[in-house]
Amino acid sequence: MTGPLTVFDRPNTYIGRSVPRPDARRLSEGRGRYVDDKVLPRMVHAAFLRSVHAHAKITSIDLTEARAAPGVIAAWTGADLAEHVEPYVGVLSHLAGLRSAPQMPLAVDVARWQGEPIAMIVATSRAAAEDALALIDVDYEELPAVCDMETALEPETPVIHDGFGSNLAWERTVDTGDVDAVFQGDDVTVVEREFRFGRHTGVTLEARTAIADFDPSQDHLTFHYSGQAPHMMQFIFAKHLGLAEEDVRIVAEDVGGSFGIKIHTYGDEIATAIASRLLKRPVKFVADRLESFLSDIHARDHVVQARMAVTQEGKIAALSFDDITGIGPFSMYPRTSAIEANQVLNLTGAPYDIEHYHARARVVFQNKNLMCQYRAVGHPIAMAVCDGLLEDAAAAIGLDPVEIRRRNLMRDDSYPRSSATGMKLDDLSHHRAMERLVDLMGYQALRDDQTRLRGDGILRGIGFCSMVEVTNPSPMFYGIGGAPIASQDGAAIRLDAGGAIHISSSVTEQGQGTNTILAQIAADVFGVDMGRVRVKTGDTEVTPYGGGTWASRGAGIGGEAMLQAAVALKEQVLEVAAAILQAKPGDLDIRGGKITDADGTERMELSDLARTVYYRGNELPPDLKPELIATRHYRVTDFPFVFTNGAMAAHVEVDTDTGIVRVLDFWAVEDCGRVLNPLLVDEQIRGGVVQGIGGALYEECLYSDDGQMLNTSMADYLVPMAAEMPDIHVAHVETPTKTSVLGAKGAGEAGTGGAPAAILNAVNDALRPVNTSIWQMPMTPQRILKALGKV
Amino acid sequence: MTRTTRISLSVNGELVSAEVPVRRNLVDFLRQDVGLTGSHVGCEQGVCGACTLELDGRMVRGCLMLAVQADGAKVTTVEGLADSGRSADLRQAFATRNALQCGFCTPGMLASALEYIEKGGAPDRTAIREHLSGNYCRCTGYQAIVDAVCDTIDGKVSA
Repeated sequence: MTGPLTVFDRPNTYIGRSVPRPDARRLSEGRGRYVDDKVLPRMVHAAFLRSVHAHAKITSIDLTEARAAPGVIAAWTGADLAEHVEPYVGVLSHLAGLRSAPQMPLAVDVARWQGEPIAMIVATSRAAAEDALALIDVDYEELPAVCDMETALEPETPVIHDGFGSNLAWERTVDTGDVDAVFQGDDVTVVEREFRFGRHTGVTLEARTAIADFDPSQDHLTFHYSGQAPHMMQFIFAKHLGLAEEDVRIVAEDVGGSFGIKIHTYGDEIATAIASRLLKRPVKFVADRLESFLSDIHARDHVVQARMAVTQEGKIAALSFDDITGIGPFSMYPRTSAIEANQVLNLTGAPYDIEHYHARARVVFQNKNLMCQYRAVGHPIAMAVCDGLLEDAAAAIGLDPVEIRRRNLMRDDSYPRSSATGMKLDDLSHHRAMERLVDLMGYQALRDDQTRLRGDGILRGIGFCSMVEVTNPSPMFYGIGGAPIASQDGAAIRLDAGGAIHISSSVTEQGQGTNTILAQIAADVFGVDMGRVRVKTGDTEVTPYGGGTWASRGAGIGGEAMLQAAVALKEQVLEVAAAILQAKPGDLDIRGGKITDADGTERMELSDLARTVYYRGNELPPDLKPELIATRHYRVTDFPFVFTNGAMAAHVEVDTDTGIVRVLDFWAVEDCGRVLNPLLVDEQIRGGVVQGIGGALYEECLYSDDGQMLNTSMADYLVPMAAEMPDIHVAHVETPTKTSVLGAKGAGEAGTGGAPAAILNAVNDALRPVNTSIWQMPMTPQRILKALGKV
Repeated sequence: MTRTTRISLSVNGELVSAEVPVRRNLVDFLRQDVGLTGSHVGCEQGVCGACTLELDGRMVRGCLMLAVQADGAKVTTVEGLADSGRSADLRQAFATRNALQCGFCTPGMLASALEYIEKGGAPDRTAIREHLSGNYCRCTGYQAIVDAVCDTIDGKVSA
């Protein structure tokens, strides 16, 4: 490899700087291009009838009256649409034993969750389609609903999928060392807790939205997609609609929030594509908020029985837990609904030196909406279980929560190494991050303050979390198991005739600032002003092939591909420049859009070079074959994942009269490797922390015993708002990953993964003087009052 | 069910006259009939604030009003606030502070923030957070938004 080693030695204008996003102006002027903003000729609108029962046989659906309603173009049942699609099953081969049943876009004979689509109307307007929904006559025969995941595996519980014999989807056990021997020892202190994590969901402000535009003359589907993984969806539409992959184009322009919600296969979106094919015209589907709550994937939903043994010196002697998690009636396609539990097994305790470890996870079917990967997959559970027990143990043996971490966190000089669960770890900085955190928050002063206020009956608490985050995944995450999900990403860079740079990448933008950091990297590495860089992402027709943006991979993988492409183009351009200037390529450079000598002396404008190549090739040596475009791809090869680490702390006050937890302050020290743009990273971490606080204190999909979701509106499902949130202090430790030249790891999910544990620990720290504790999220006022014995 | 009526109103300074279904809400009218897609629809029940816009000098939820109720009114959307320059400093502050990510809440957030600023609101973080609590943002930590509002009030915005 030539060039890359000097990338960061050059005059650096952009990488590492707080560069504002160029697209902010467009979005703030109301010039966004979200899917629902698009209107295509002859476009019609879809609406879905959804099951009102959690589990029911559909004995008949009568569409006669609906078909005759004003404006209605077509009406279909699940059986009608099933003829036009290959069913899908959410399993992957590397999750050995995982099973799920074949799924159709709409339920055919049996509806298995409240909200599962069962009939589709297409009409000249959404309103007309909804009017017709009211005229559909459905006969159901209700079946017993399996809602409680804790009893889902009991013999007397009905089995959701005939022939499966039980409601077990997947089970995995991890065993390292001998935990039983340790727990039986009389030289350890054991703490044991039952953790409960409620279901929550993404609540993207822009609901899932799709326009399918099938052109029968070309047998070609263009799908305007609000989502994160265009190439994955290209494969899925092609495979399940029986089209050639090259005849499916996925276009994702502006996406109004995603967070892992918009990266799965939703029946209503598949049905929208089928409808467009059948009707030979564009069909739009926009989920309304009720549909979002009932059909966007839910997340978490775990009950974990966990215990930890610590020595009198505060060393973790053993960690053991049993996790049960409910995933709804199917494993989601194609990423599966077992990854979350797998992550819990892999990540719990990963920051710490633990010799004896046992974990079992059971993933069960139930008649609720599907559960799948949402921001910080498994992390909040893994961190809250281990760090919750750790602070519990610290209190039991009278040790400070920071001190117990100092005694257990993996040493910063101990890498590369493995965790107790076999995760390969490198370039982590737990101790430096923790010390930076203690300094940043003014820890001792907060403790003094806490003691003083306790005297006045005010309960404040300080809680911590030391965490790892899975980022930059290799093919070991999905590809190895047969998923049509790329782990590599591509970047292309082209010099145009005017001396500007056009770049494209297979990673996508949902507001993180992906396009901005790609432009920063290209501008710096190649040597032009960022104002001369144009970026294209989110279109399978024109971008290189790749995975998209998920698992905190955009900057680390997409960014590295961009860097390598820019290095390559620079070499190609300097070869041309050397021929024109009769110099050696190694004696030339590109700076500020000009070819220069190594010392920066200007030799020629890039536009002069480009115009010579494009217009006046006669001036070039005949044997010179200029290439003013370069493409590079990058994947992580040395590790299954590139882990990051962080240390977080929360300061809370618990009102013992109302049960309300007020977050007074929050601190996050993150090591995401090389920070490409502090302005973007810091607020992304804050946004992640706020989503984590949401899961810890407010957000929960509440269900009745018979599987009816009870809070299906934004007024009833609480998400954090500005007034409840504190200012969040962010700092960085930078340990670049050695797996790439760029050195960037992911940062997008850390806040969501770590904040719940810190909040849990802070609340329990506050409650300690009144001898109670809480181990259930969200920690609602009612649950706090219950813990206090007041209700 | 689909009875229509004719309305006339001023939208971003232009007179608009249209035959609309009486059940169509204001934000759907602006998006679908007038082509102003800057106002966003997040919940259709007045909770999320993404459709916040100005009607006769007051910030209202575009999803909680019928279009027919806006007959004769003066409506200003995020596009109008931008074109007239009224939101220029605030938008610059939003960009400088990275106060938007996906941008879906931004039109409504700008409208609510502008309401606070134009009424002479102080650069008081708690008061700003209270004022903006009718507008959901799912991407940022709200902090950058509060920073941007403070900067605008303090005149710290440089174009």
